[in-house]
Amino acid sequence: MSILVNKNTKVICQGFTGAQGTFHSEQAIEYGTKMVGGVTPGKGGQVHLDLPVFNTVREAFDETGADASVIYVPAAFCKDSILEAAASGIKLIVCITEGIPTLDMLVAKEKCDQLGVQLIGPNCPGVITPGECKIGIMPGHIHKPGRVGIVSRSGTLTYEAVKQTTDHGFGQSSCVGIGGDPIPGSNFIDILSLFEQDEQTEAIVMIGEIGGTAEEEAAAYIKANVSKPVVAYIAGVTAPPGKRMGHAGAIISGGKGTADEKFAALQDAGVKSVRSLAEIGNGLSEITGW
Amino acid sequence: MNLHEYQAKQLFAEYGLPVSEGIAVDTAADANAAAKKIGSSKWVVKAQVHAGGRGKAGGVKLVDTPEEAGAFAEQWLGKNMVTYQTDAGGQPVSKILVETCTDIAQELYLGAVIDRSSRRIVFMASVEGGVEIEKVAAETPEKILKATIDPLTGAQPYQARDLAFHLGLEGVQIKQFTNLFLGLAKLFQDMDLALLEINPLVITDEGNLHCLDGKINIDGNAMYRQPKLREMHDPSQDDEREAQAAEWELNYVALDGNIGCMVNGAGLAMGTMDIVQLHGGSPANFLDVGGGATKERVTEAFKIILSDENVAAVLVNIFGGIVRCDLIAEGVIGAVDEVGVEVPVVVRLEGNSAELGREVLKKSGLNIIAATSLSDAAEKVVAAASGAK
Repeated sequence: MSILVNKNTKVICQGFTGAQGTFHSEQAIEYGTKMVGGVTPGKGGQVHLDLPVFNTVREAFDETGADASVIYVPAAFCKDSILEAAASGIKLIVCITEGIPTLDMLVAKEKCDQLGVQLIGPNCPGVITPGECKIGIMPGHIHKPGRVGIVSRSGTLTYEAVKQTTDHGFGQSSCVGIGGDPIPGSNFIDILSLFEQDEQTEAIVMIGEIGGTAEEEAAAYIKANVSKPVVAYIAGVTAPPGKRMGHAGAIISGGKGTADEKFAALQDAGVKSVRSLAEIGNGLSEITGW
Repeated sequence: MNLHEYQAKQLFAEYGLPVSEGIAVDTAADANAAAKKIGSSKWVVKAQVHAGGRGKAGGVKLVDTPEEAGAFAEQWLGKNMVTYQTDAGGQPVSKILVETCTDIAQELYLGAVIDRSSRRIVFMASVEGGVEIEKVAAETPEKILKATIDPLTGAQPYQARDLAFHLGLEGVQIKQFTNLFLGLAKLFQDMDLALLEINPLVITDEGNLHCLDGKINIDGNAMYRQPKLREMHDPSQDDEREAQAAEWELNYVALDGNIGCMVNGAGLAMGTMDIVQLHGGSPANFLDVGGGATKERVTEAFKIILSDENVAAVLVNIFGGIVRCDLIAEGVIGAVDEVGVEVPVVVRLEGNSAELGREVLKKSGLNIIAATSLSDAAEKVVAAASGAK
C-alpha cells in the first residue's frame, strides 16, 4: 500500500515533447514509472521516448486509460492544461510548473473539486511511492521503500526529509510535495487523511513554512483525526516579519502565520516539532522508538 | 508588485469609480501649477511611497494655496519617508499627488484579497474606516463584513447590495456602492490583483461615496500578461540588491547578519537560515538560486551576496533535485575567478551529481571548506564567520 500512486498507476505527461517533459519523463521511465504516453498539441501520432504522443488529453485518456497526468507546460498555459486533464477523466493531476497566476489557480482548483479530481501542486516536486512510481522532479535515488509518509510545502526540504528517513533506515511509504503557492491543489489535510488511512504508513513527517494558516489548520485536523505519530518542521523561524521569502506562502503579516504560532498549534496537537532541519530523522526515532 | 496611490486612482478612474481630480508631479513648480490647474481653494498633497502610515509621518497635508503645495513638494521630493511600515531607511519620495480636497461625513473601509483558506477572492467592508483595519479585525471581527466571490461566476450585484445595506448605506448610495463593488471586482480580475484596498472609502458631505485612498498589489506570477502594469513599476521603491537579483531570477532578501547564504529552493533557504541561527550565527541574507540554476546565475548570486560588506563567510547549501551539483560547483568556481572571494566559503552539496560537484570543487584548488552534513555546514560557517571578525 501507499497513497495516490503505485506500480500500477498509468501516467501520461502534458508537455511531453518539451525539454522539461522529455527530461523528467525519461527519469520517470528509468525509475520504473508506468508512463503510457504524452500530450503535445500538433504532435499527435508521433512517438517520443518509445511512447505515443497525442494531440489532446481526451485521446490520450481514451487510448491509454491513464490514471494520472503530470504537467510540465509553461505557467501561462497551466490553467488550460489542468482544466483539460480534469475534463478528460484524469483523476490525479500533478502540476510541477511554478509561477502560475493565482487567479488561474482559483478557477482550476474549483473545477477540479467539482469534478472530484485530485490536484497536486502547482510549484511542487510531485509525488513518489519509492520503488514503484515517480511523478515529478525529485531525485529518485535518495528514496527507499518504507514506512514514513512525507508531506511538504517545499521541494528541497522534502528531499532533506527523504534523505534523513532513508539514512535512518525507515524509508518512505509515499512522499507528496503539495507546493508553496497560495492556492495549492491539495493541502496538508488532504494528504494527512490519506496517510492516516494507509496501512503502510506508520509515521508522518510534515514540513511547513511560515505564512498562511495551513499548518494551524493541519494541527487542528491532526488533533481530531490522526492517530499516527507526526513529526513537523516549520521553515522560516528566523525570517523577519513582513519580508517575503520567495514563496508566496512565506509571507508573515500581522503576527499571523509565524513559525512560533505554528509550533504552538502543532505542540497542542501532540505533534513532535523539531527546530532544526537536521533533526527530522532523530525526531522520528524519538516518537516511534525505532 | 505594488502601485502608488496615484496609479491605483488612475485605474479606479478608468473603471469609472469615484476619485478626486488629481495630478501627480515630480517638481515643486509642477505641484504649484497642478494646484492652479485643478482650481479650488483647498488641496490635499500626498507624498507617494509604497508604504502605509504616510499621514502620521507627515506625508499628507491640507494646503490653502498653490504655493504651499509647492513648498510641501520641495520639502519631500528626493527625501526618504520613514513610516511604521518601512525599514529604518525609509522609502524615497519621487512623486507628489496634488488633489482636490474632499469633505468627509463618514469613513468606511473596503478591501479585497485572495483568501487562501476559502480559495476565493474575498471582499471586506467595514464602517470602521480610516483606522488600522487589522486592529478592527483582531478586536472586533464582527465589524468586518465579507463577500466571497465564486471563481466560476464572478461578483454579483446582490453581494454588493448585501454589503451596502449592512454598512447602513441608503438611497442612491446603494447604487453607487454596487457600481464600486462590481467595478473593483472587474479590476481585480482584469489586472490580476493580489490585494486591493480603499481606506478610507468616504461618504462626502453631499452623501456620495468617494475613494480617498487606493492601495493595489499585483500578483507577481501574472506580470507577464499585464504589460500596462509593468510600465507602472517604480524601481526606486525596491531594494537595489533585491532588484538586481530579480533580474537574474534570483530570490534575494537582505538581512542584518554576517553569514551569506546561497541555497536552492525557498524552503531550504529558510531552513538554512534557521539552522545557522540555531548554531549561534546570523544570516546576512536569504537567497534562493532556484531550480534552473545556471553557472551565470550562481556567479551573479555570489556577486550579490558579497556586495554586502557585512558578509564574513558564505554558506552554499545545495540539495540537487533538478539542479546538478557539478553545475553549482562550476558556478562557485566561476564566481571566485570573476569577483575574487576573500571570505571563507563553506559548501554542502547533496543529491543530484553531488559527488561530481565535490570533486570539481576539490580539483579547483580553491579554499573551500567542505561540509559533510547540514549541521556540520552550519557549525563550520558559524566558526568561519566568527574567526573572520
